Amino acid sequence: MKHRYLPMTEQDQQEMLKTIGVSSLEDLFKDIPEEIRFKGELPVSSGLNEYALTTHLSELAAKNANTDQYASFLGAGIYDHHIPSVINHVVSRSEFYTAYTPYQPEISQGELQAIFEFQSYICELTGMAVANASMYDGATALAEAGSLASAATKRKQLLVSSTVHPEARQVVRTYAKGLGLDVVEVSSANGVTNLAELAEAVSDQTAAVLVQSPNFFGAIEDLPSISDLIHASKGLMVVSTNPISLGILEAPGKLGADIVVGDAQPLGISSSLGGPTCGFFAVSQDHMRRMPGRIVGQTVDRNGKRGFVLTLQAREQHIRREKATSNICSNQALLALCASVYLSVMGKQGMIEIGQLNLQKSHYAARRLGSISGVSVPFTSPYFNEFVIKLPEGTSVAGVNSKLLQKGILGGYDLGRAYSELEGHMLIAVTERRTKEQIDQFALALEGCI
Amino acid sequence: MIQEKALIFELSHPGRIAYSLPDFDVPVVETEELIPSSMLRSEPAALPEVYEVDVIRHYTELSRRNFGVDNGFYPLGSCTMKYNPKVNEDVARYPGFAKIHPYQPEDSIQGALELLYRLQDDLAGLTGMDAVTLQPAAGAHGEWTGLMMIRAYHESRGEQRDKVIVPDSSHGTNPASATVAGLKTITIPSTDKGLVDLDALRSAVGSDTAALMLTNPNTLGLFEEQIQEIAAIVHEAGGLLYYDGANSNAIMGITRPGDMGFDVVHLNLHKTMSTPHGGGGPGAGPVGVKSRLVPFLPRPLVSKTAAGKYTLEGGSDQSIGRVKAYYGNFGILVRAYTYIRSYGPEGLRRVSECAVLNANYMMSRLAPYFDVPYPGVCKHEFVMSGSPLKQYGIRTLDVAKRLLDFGYHPPTIYFPLNVEECIMIEPTETESKDTLDAFIDTMIRIAKEAEEQPELLLNAPYDTPVTRLDETTAARKPVLNCACS
Repeated sequence: MKHRYLPMTEQDQQEMLKTIGVSSLEDLFKDIPEEIRFKGELPVSSGLNEYALTTHLSELAAKNANTDQYASFLGAGIYDHHIPSVINHVVSRSEFYTAYTPYQPEISQGELQAIFEFQSYICELTGMAVANASMYDGATALAEAGSLASAATKRKQLLVSSTVHPEARQVVRTYAKGLGLDVVEVSSANGVTNLAELAEAVSDQTAAVLVQSPNFFGAIEDLPSISDLIHASKGLMVVSTNPISLGILEAPGKLGADIVVGDAQPLGISSSLGGPTCGFFAVSQDHMRRMPGRIVGQTVDRNGKRGFVLTLQAREQHIRREKATSNICSNQALLALCASVYLSVMGKQGMIEIGQLNLQKSHYAARRLGSISGVSVPFTSPYFNEFVIKLPEGTSVAGVNSKLLQKGILGGYDLGRAYSELEGHMLIAVTERRTKEQIDQFALALEGCI
Repeated sequence: MIQEKALIFELSHPGRIAYSLPDFDVPVVETEELIPSSMLRSEPAALPEVYEVDVIRHYTELSRRNFGVDNGFYPLGSCTMKYNPKVNEDVARYPGFAKIHPYQPEDSIQGALELLYRLQDDLAGLTGMDAVTLQPAAGAHGEWTGLMMIRAYHESRGEQRDKVIVPDSSHGTNPASATVAGLKTITIPSTDKGLVDLDALRSAVGSDTAALMLTNPNTLGLFEEQIQEIAAIVHEAGGLLYYDGANSNAIMGITRPGDMGFDVVHLNLHKTMSTPHGGGGPGAGPVGVKSRLVPFLPRPLVSKTAAGKYTLEGGSDQSIGRVKAYYGNFGILVRAYTYIRSYGPEGLRRVSECAVLNANYMMSRLAPYFDVPYPGVCKHEFVMSGSPLKQYGIRTLDVAKRLLDFGYHPPTIYFPLNVEECIMIEPTETESKDTLDAFIDTMIRIAKEAEEQPELLLNAPYDTPVTRLDETTAARKPVLNCACS
């Protein structure tokens, strides 16, 4: 058969078989026993020409309500931020996206320098000493942070706040099961970690406390107090954070964090049904050699010229095999590049301004929604761009959301899905993309359907 | 000489901006009224201040210092650096795929769920498995997911099995994944033919065997001809067979892991299914299982109701839980599905035939000049040893560096570990005979240079933005960020 991606002609094939010294293609597969040969046609969807292919995929895409057409108030870990045009142009440079991991540094300086800059950006935002080249996502980064904390402290217990993203907590539990770690959850009060309960739970068995700030409810945790509690018993504080908040919120590294992780999706990465995004991972100097994943370092070439290489590889699976600090190999380099380009575009001033925009718009929305009869804003803790509302008793959030959808609005996350005590509560995210008009329309629409 | 490239931070000029943000169209309240000042940033993050042209020129310049498949031949063994079709990139950027949220009502993402459902089915059909999870983000992530399921399966039967057997030629991720899954690794030697040593396997298996992890064809590019017997040995001992799908590009439509006797399979969509490697990721590592392991799959899976609606299905108390937030690297899954549909069943088989033919052709032509430790038929890749060049003081690394001057990405080197001075070549099916011939001629020329002008190789490369880099100092005195603030 002929195909646009396959250069092999009949003549090529004959010449190549002749050079090899065999008479047919079949001779190249004679080492595969007859009994396990696949016979007949593979049960795989049929092939399509390029036009039919794009038509089919366009039809599938058209069945999805996208956030260009709908005003989205959904957050819960994936946010509808403006993505500057330049990002797609940069990551569409095929020198970047068609390359593999930069194993040959002389012809991979572009990628290596981009990762070095990404690491620098993450350190700068989080206030940490060292960052790696990226993780699969924020949830797996948090799980790997628990693993690092256990190895560093030689302790087996992880305390996880219930205000951490529910799916991230699930991922932490799956990893913990593999590693033989105990996970104990700490409940919340007023939308933030219950510090009294945390104080009781911390012991000399505790490897780390895993918190998120801004947390799943959007609220900002009291990191200095949590830091005091956990450090008094020589455990570590792991903070998962939303990087777009760090233009205005204090860097977790300045508030006692030993490990800071998170998902870089808000930094110029499309929502794409939740993936691919990009986890980031930053630690204090003490934990540098325990970090998972790729790390790029600066060095010089034979002429003394600055260059970059993958470094500290003695931690990694391809060298250490079963003794590696993690099994991660592929990461999310192209999305780390998105985040880097985003931060280059935003710069010092832009990160402050976008933080302010999110803060002001979300607080306006909370005031507006909270003024609807029967709707309240139950938590009073300070928050960034996301907050919780309580709908009138007996209201189905899913029911409200399907009505909102018909009005062109993607309503907030149904907290009852993950917190039984929060049935009838909605988590609302308001980014810089939401206009006052859209917020007002949302409020009117919500009023109309409760 | 190409100049040193400035860091983006070094381009900063206070007062320049590259952003354009929406207006403050809501009433503005003093920040300190909303958030206590102790929670606010005490000093701004020291990010660069540049304008948009700086950004574009900076990253364009960086891209010019990088080498991808679109730049030239990239025969990196075990990585399947095939052409990344452009239509896949277009499709993944359709707003209906790129701009959707994982928590939208299911009714509003039926197209996305249908795509996932179809992909689950296609990958199950391709591998001969009963069900597939699309959640794992990469191959190693898939390995760990599969091992967690194997562990849960044994535990559900009340069996204590904690040993994972791997051949010495296996990928480093195999033993590392076993550790993260709480299992211990037993490494067994390969025979002098490069295949699993059945006697060693027989003595390694026992009542503590959780699984054997195998790549087939293996990392030497050889098909494990005795796979049925291998499967029988492991199964009779009560263990399961794990298929590392890194080398699936050799066998599509020709044989299926499920038919070979494997119980669990992961595929690297960024290898076999042409999704771009992205400079190190993102990938996707879906995992397929036989029916007895279905209850242990991570949830949710996508299912189809009698009414034809696609839905995210939770359920199963026995599930190992969640391995990643949301539903996997969806954007990558879109590209992989597009790829499968661009070929169909007959086309995918042809992909593997061409990949194998290309590899055998290269091996035949290079055999007279390098040491080929496993002659005969290879699959999609093969290994050579650079050891004959050692007599001239030349190592495989030097050959690789010299290749850079000719515009090639070198093959994988020093892997697998059981071949001295290893050179591992995987041409893939998307390279033409002309390209292969030109590369082969270059390799022959370099072998000659090694003999006649070894210093030429020792000082290579010459035509790259930097020469060889000091990796020792980089690791001893790590400088891992620009320390800008």
